[in-house]
Amino acid sequence: MSTVRNTIIIGSGPAGLTAAIYTARASLAPLVIEGEPSSTSDQPGGQLMLTTEVENFPGFPEGIMGPELMMNFRSQAERFGAEFITEKVTKVDFSSRPFKVWIRDTEYSANSIIVATGAQSLMLDLPRETELIGHGVSTCATCDGFFFRGHEIAVVGGGDSAVEEAMFLTKFASKVHLIVRRDTLRASRIMQDRALTNEKIQIHWNSRVSELQGEQSLSGVTLTDTNDNSTRPLAVTGLFIAIGHKPNTAIFQSVLNMEDTGYLLTRDGSTYTDIEGIFACGDVQDHTYRQAITAAGSGCMAALDCERWLEHQH
Amino acid sequence: MAQSITTLTSANFDETIGSSDTPILVDFWAEWCGPCKAIAPVLAEIATEQAGNITIAKLNVDDYGDIAMRFNVMSIPTLIVFNKGEAAKRLVGAVGKGKLLQELAEFLPNSR
Repeated sequence: MSTVRNTIIIGSGPAGLTAAIYTARASLAPLVIEGEPSSTSDQPGGQLMLTTEVENFPGFPEGIMGPELMMNFRSQAERFGAEFITEKVTKVDFSSRPFKVWIRDTEYSANSIIVATGAQSLMLDLPRETELIGHGVSTCATCDGFFFRGHEIAVVGGGDSAVEEAMFLTKFASKVHLIVRRDTLRASRIMQDRALTNEKIQIHWNSRVSELQGEQSLSGVTLTDTNDNSTRPLAVTGLFIAIGHKPNTAIFQSVLNMEDTGYLLTRDGSTYTDIEGIFACGDVQDHTYRQAITAAGSGCMAALDCERWLEHQH
Repeated sequence: MAQSITTLTSANFDETIGSSDTPILVDFWAEWCGPCKAIAPVLAEIATEQAGNITIAKLNVDDYGDIAMRFNVMSIPTLIVFNKGEAAKRLVGAVGKGKLLQELAEFLPNSR
């Protein structure tokens, strides 16, 4: 039998690490199972690990690099005694207390769990998409933009992250095509203005990517008009996908209450899930705000909810 | 621990790959790549634990873009395993230690 801990935090983005800072300062000695390296946002540190400059996190008037911000969160949690494991939880059992989580064959148990597994980027789900990752198709503009110096490339998506990636990629590419499904951008006003006035960005409204071309590496895509279904080719050597996110909740299927879309349900104005002693915070339960600062805020709420709940369990 | 990782340059790349007694895993990386930083400690651990079985080397694509281009690296981290001088396996994107060891199993003698 493993020792029973006060709390285990699953996930290490802004929500998980804020919960770690608070529970560590409350002397709960949290164990953070932070995830494992990947080139998607499902990795230690979460979505900000794939961004560059974060301009809207309060307290950094000059902005701060996303990965650096997350390193700061992590060292702050470590300073108060949070313990880290750089692995992914493979299975959970919340049916009895103490709650159990597994990393492959190793079992960990705790009186409470804070779920902060976040969300990861959606893919287009097109034939050959997976094969072409690393050969023109990319989910990480900051990792791969460099290789497209002087190339014509495309970004798919109309939200803040798509526009941000398009802006970033103009540093390298000769031209960036922004493929937008509707006739408007979902991105915030300031990002929209930047995209619309950038000479290197050409927006393709009412368009979706319907086909990928290229043998060894991407040579072009087919765009389909969402109004009349007409198609047209677009010659690009890079395709960056930023069409939204899905919550990382596969291991909680039929364990915790969730929406059809997979987002965990929490009790209004709190971080309580449908199982007492299990709390959820950050993007895994929020498809509305999805900001680093709101995730951090809800991570703090989860820590306080958890601490108070544990106090009443005697 | 970091000394056990070989740093490759244009000057020593071909010779190092060609003359290696063991399979050699080359990590194509750059300073500005978050996922590259995330796997650095994993590679350092493997370099120590598997010393003598596999050589871990890294190549900075910012400094030696010509070599990255030669191997059509368009995404980093890209890990290429060279065996007897030939590119034998290619992994694109960051992975955890368990997954990486699985992928490397065919090049490691004692890991059945």
